[in-house]
Amino acid sequence: MSQEMTLDPVQGQLDKSPAKGAPKKRSQWLEVWHRLKRDKMAMLGLFIITLVVLAAIFADLIADYETVVIAQNLADRLQGPSAQYWLGTDEFGRDIFARIIHGTRVSLMVGVLSVAIAIVMGGGLGAVAGYYGGKIDNVIMRVMDIFLAVPSILLAIAIVSALGANLMNLMLAIAISSVPTYARVVRASVLTIRDQEFIEAARAIGASDLRIIFRHIIPNCLSPVIVQGALGVAGAILSTAGLSFIGLGIQPPEPEWGAMLAGGRQYLRHAWHVTTFPGLTIMITILALNLLGDGLRDALDPRLKH
Amino acid sequence: MHRFILKRLLLLIPVLLGVSLLVFAIMSFTPGDPAQLILGENAPPEAVAELREEMGLNDPFLLRYARFVGNAATGDLGQSYTSGRDVFDEIFSRFPNTLILAALGVVIAVIIGIPIGIISATRQYSMIDSGSMFFALLGVSMPNFWLGLMMILLFSVNLGWVPSGGYSSWSSLIMPAITLGTGSAAIITRMTRSSMLEVIRQDYIRTARAKGVAENVVINRHALKNALIPVITVIGLQFGMLLGGAVLTETVFSWPGVGRMMVDAIRQKDAPTVLGTVVFLATTFSLVNLLVDLLYGFVDPRIKSQYA
Repeated sequence: MSQEMTLDPVQGQLDKSPAKGAPKKRSQWLEVWHRLKRDKMAMLGLFIITLVVLAAIFADLIADYETVVIAQNLADRLQGPSAQYWLGTDEFGRDIFARIIHGTRVSLMVGVLSVAIAIVMGGGLGAVAGYYGGKIDNVIMRVMDIFLAVPSILLAIAIVSALGANLMNLMLAIAISSVPTYARVVRASVLTIRDQEFIEAARAIGASDLRIIFRHIIPNCLSPVIVQGALGVAGAILSTAGLSFIGLGIQPPEPEWGAMLAGGRQYLRHAWHVTTFPGLTIMITILALNLLGDGLRDALDPRLKH
Repeated sequence: MHRFILKRLLLLIPVLLGVSLLVFAIMSFTPGDPAQLILGENAPPEAVAELREEMGLNDPFLLRYARFVGNAATGDLGQSYTSGRDVFDEIFSRFPNTLILAALGVVIAVIIGIPIGIISATRQYSMIDSGSMFFALLGVSMPNFWLGLMMILLFSVNLGWVPSGGYSSWSSLIMPAITLGTGSAAIITRMTRSSMLEVIRQDYIRTARAKGVAENVVINRHALKNALIPVITVIGLQFGMLLGGAVLTETVFSWPGVGRMMVDAIRQKDAPTVLGTVVFLATTFSLVNLLVDLLYGFVDPRIKSQYA
């Protein structure tokens, strides 16, 4: 847990050599967790997300991919919810429940990976822009402005339609369209940290720019990035569903929530469940991530809470 | 102020050039030969090569881009590969439909969002507050294309009150506008509430109350004016988002707007139309954002004085 020490240099030093008789200091992350635990809505969000993650991990135990999730069974097509098919079947007679469970894998993977890519790219650019300032800052942020001038869903659509619709391009498109957000968030917090005394101290003892950025600045601007990241995963899952809905995301027969919705669209009149349940799943997952994100924001920065 | 407007307008030029370069570069990655697409799969290779030369597709990238910008500046976005129609004309014949939908969506969002935000703020932590905040969160979490489908299911399929798609009469507008406005309503509600909460803690509000001003006057006259300043920005930005990002809603409701034109063009690999619509929507989005910034200066004189 050496990371905790770098979070706050002053506190970090105290942790290394605790003064005799001084009250034991709780680490910053533990403090955040204790605050988060008191937030019932955030805990509800965390609980739902845990369920979704478990569903993704154990999807194969719940339903077999080859025989249940993608194999067609036209005799049982468009059946309503029953004891055999909890959420009914789709237009190819496939179990919607099983497909939703397997769909968690795609959604979580795209959500988490695209946000990770965006944080690395955007965060790096933002840190460099904020730290060096001047011309570099100007150039990077003006380029970011250009990206921000295109609505993110539009940018993602343009990228996927040019590169071709597959999982990798989808993640890349969603990541690129959210890079400017992270660049802005990181740059803003770097600007507030850059001129503080402990950075000056690090520079005075001869630390290189890279070391200062990675060891001192980045750990100190993690909290806004974490909050933005939680909300970003929600956004990425929504974008994935949206792109798949218009045929630019995950391609059939692979189970993806947005694609499932799109498939059921023509059968709305006769089979309401085909579009209803995948949509509900998306909504509940996004809601959970938003609840957790809001809770994290309050827990990481209690001053912001009204 | 005029200088400020002029400066901002000039700053828009590099942004638009950048946007179009970005989209142009992305689109030039598109696999498939446009000449082949136009002539059909069985066309002789010589004819395809000839057309490629004629269309300037063999020219270097920057030359093609410069030609595109030059033409675009004079309102020529090329012809559709599939229909042969002028892309610019087609966009402008559809744009009013997108505009009216976005405008109505924002109106709905404002009518719902601002009153609920004010009530939530004045009764912080009450049942009404928690309830409306939960619904606001639900509104942000709902995929709007799904909301649209659910409304079609209930109001068109089951109740038969309104048409499920297309644009035949004013009643076709209701569901797409609600679908589009819901997310914005949620965002405006949250923004109004937090802005209002900040303002009603300020000293001048306490002074007003201490003077004996009636509570509803304190809220509606004193607090609201200042609380709405950041909300106006959000409303403007939402309008821009709805104009540029109504793609999914337009698809769900078969709405004859620019967003759906783009989706159809992507399916048909009609590059000039895709390029034209993306650049057009991004330009609209940037222009609306600029207007919001300018409007902000009018609403809050403190900001204007910074640029005077």
